Amino acid sequence: MLLSRVADSLYWIGRYLERAEHTIRLIDVRLDLELDRRPGAEGWDFSRFCSAVQCAPEQELPRNPTELVETLVFDPANRGSVLACVTSARENARQVREEISTDMWEQLNALYLRLKQVRGEGTWSARPHYLSRLIFEGVHLFEGVTDSTMGHGEGWQLLRVGRFIERAAATASLVDLQFRGAPRLPANHVEWVGLLRSCAAFEAYCRHYTADVRPDRVAEFLLLNAEFPRSVRFAASRVEAALRAIAQVTGRGAGGRAERLAGRLHASLDYGQVDEILGEDPHAYLEGIGLYCAQIHDAAHQSYISYPIESALPA
Amino acid sequence: MSLIVPSNASPRPSGELFSDYLLDAAYDEMFESTGAARPHCRALFDELRAASESGLSQRQMEADKAFLMQGITFTVYGDDQGIERIFPFDLLPRIIAAGEWRTLERGLTQRLTAINLFLKDVYHDQRILDEGVVPRQLVQSCRHYRREMRGVHVHRDIYVSVAGSDLIRLEDGRFVVLEDNLRVPSGVSYMLANREATKRVLPGLFDRYHVSPVAHYGQALLATLRALAPPSTVDPTFVVLTPGVGNSAYFEHAFLAREMGLPLVEGRDLLVHDNVVYMRTTAGLRRVDVIYRRVDDDYLDPLAFRADSHLGVAGLLNAYRAGNVSLANAIGTGLADDKALYAYIPAIIRFYMSEEPILPNVDTYLLDVPSDRKYVLDHLDSLVVKAVGESGGYGMLIGPHSTAAERATFKAKIEADPRNFIAQPTLSLSRSPCFIDGRIEPRHVDLRPYVLYGDTVTIVPGGLTRVALRKGSLVVNSSQGGGSKDTWVLAE
Repeated sequence: MLLSRVADSLYWIGRYLERAEHTIRLIDVRLDLELDRRPGAEGWDFSRFCSAVQCAPEQELPRNPTELVETLVFDPANRGSVLACVTSARENARQVREEISTDMWEQLNALYLRLKQVRGEGTWSARPHYLSRLIFEGVHLFEGVTDSTMGHGEGWQLLRVGRFIERAAATASLVDLQFRGAPRLPANHVEWVGLLRSCAAFEAYCRHYTADVRPDRVAEFLLLNAEFPRSVRFAASRVEAALRAIAQVTGRGAGGRAERLAGRLHASLDYGQVDEILGEDPHAYLEGIGLYCAQIHDAAHQSYISYPIESALPA
Repeated sequence: MSLIVPSNASPRPSGELFSDYLLDAAYDEMFESTGAARPHCRALFDELRAASESGLSQRQMEADKAFLMQGITFTVYGDDQGIERIFPFDLLPRIIAAGEWRTLERGLTQRLTAINLFLKDVYHDQRILDEGVVPRQLVQSCRHYRREMRGVHVHRDIYVSVAGSDLIRLEDGRFVVLEDNLRVPSGVSYMLANREATKRVLPGLFDRYHVSPVAHYGQALLATLRALAPPSTVDPTFVVLTPGVGNSAYFEHAFLAREMGLPLVEGRDLLVHDNVVYMRTTAGLRRVDVIYRRVDDDYLDPLAFRADSHLGVAGLLNAYRAGNVSLANAIGTGLADDKALYAYIPAIIRFYMSEEPILPNVDTYLLDVPSDRKYVLDHLDSLVVKAVGESGGYGMLIGPHSTAAERATFKAKIEADPRNFIAQPTLSLSRSPCFIDGRIEPRHVDLRPYVLYGDTVTIVPGGLTRVALRKGSLVVNSSQGGGSKDTWVLAE
């Protein structure tokens, strides 16, 4: 049993940190690909990139990689920037200090302070990769410290629900963007490798399919692989498992709406076929995954956090 | 041939880092007036004489970093880029000898026992007012007196469960009580965090002393709250109520909740139905039996007190009056830490306990007493005047440091509303050595021990020593340039 407000904060800590990691990985891969670009070749499409990280700034688009990093990593006014996500995660953690371990707090606080420091020093642009390593490591350490210092009860499960809902939606949206923007055929091999790397999936993909990169296999791997932790199927299975555990701990019994939605999403991915997905309307399918995630979020929120008081008063 | 030049300057302690150390009339916590270290401070003094400036600076930095990493900070201004600062921590512990502590313990126990008897009496029989020991008018005009509490049964008559009285040490070395904090005293987390920091950065010094531990404060507080559980409850639920993350003491609220293993709730997490308090959890509503509240009376219940408060719980007062929930501290305890009522605490101790007060008060002039008022107005330049309802070092006139214009302003304020002011002689707070800018210099300190009143009275041996870090300053409040240091009570 947790306070509803605390449950909400834990969920958002999971989401915000996942979002921060996702954004910085996209930037990291993008900056790296940029170094391989032939002189005179067409530059990259900033507006498409910004929509991929779901934090397109309202104002003008960045014009070069340095501005892009400023906007997407450090701009506090951009609510989707990495710094804003880490700040929000930390702010939520501060409000649930009594529920998380001291080690978790100190790890998250250290990440926040370090980011602020790097921003203040202003030297990151000489070594952008150092900046992304800092954030990857900070987030991974937090996850490790969480798993090893926090009881694997309701609060821990809520962190996971947040993390994996965010991951399922983000991966699906990234694949969607790639299929809409690029031709199906591997005309641009670099782009498809870039997609895999943006999901930290290149090595795992190669082990599974060899280094022969084909769009349908990339889609299959990122959507339907059961073992790879950043695939949509894997994320959906974790969301379902965590929601089931929470239902059990809180005495809600099986079969709540959030759990059923998550189960259905998971099952559709368990039994999905990539040729069917790509053959029909991949955009509708991938967008549908995002909508499903939003529905799971709403259902969980209504069951555990914003339920009407009348339904819970003693008779 | 060397010639020793006799000097009229006051004696100084020997040692390079102490070359600017001034000893004068103020009581020094570490040194006797001759410049020799007091017996219980000799080991610390030896360490400091042997220490280097860089070694101490290094330790100071480590301690500061530890506070920053733990998030023991306050925000200077609140935008997205709000700068977080740590509360200044002074490296050098303040040491209190075992015998001195025994007296403090007895005195504080006596004082809080009398205060609880007084609150019970005022909110029920009013014997002390009928007998004229405390003027009825004084009680009724107190801003923190709550008529709503007349005749309300408070479980076990424990009104004040947690008190944090401010003590100072006079020139002759006696501790006196400067004020009592009986509403929601704060700072105990710093007592604990300061000790943790000192253990990390000065571990060697602990070998040379037998320091009484303070780490069990959380357990002691929980035991104190247990005494408040309504008798009908079988397995009571305890919570800590905070105004929220925006409150400057939020760190402490979360810290204490964690130390006790209790949920930290905000007003919006609670609701009252049929005079029963519930909290909203993921498993539905759950009944709450005891609230350690860190929200002031004014903000507790918008139906009973300030209607514009979003921090409280609508209907809480009625649930409390119905005996369905206990609060620590009870509602209305602020009556007894009113700065004018303070002057009557010695009389209150004599009245209920038939004993002489063990810890004296500071002489206090009540400005609605005509003879006192005349004296004070004639001597504004040598007295300290305080507004009775203010805290945090605000609303004060420190006569010797004031300008004629400030004194004129205060004179007008006093004449307009004499009940709102008291005056006290300007006291010289004791000084304790502090590590400041690479030197060791004396700074004024006070002491706030935390007194817990449940089945028994528990005073964890230690407290918060606040330091006026600005040279010459007498104001120790953190909002006004104050810091704090670890406080060691030596075991017998």
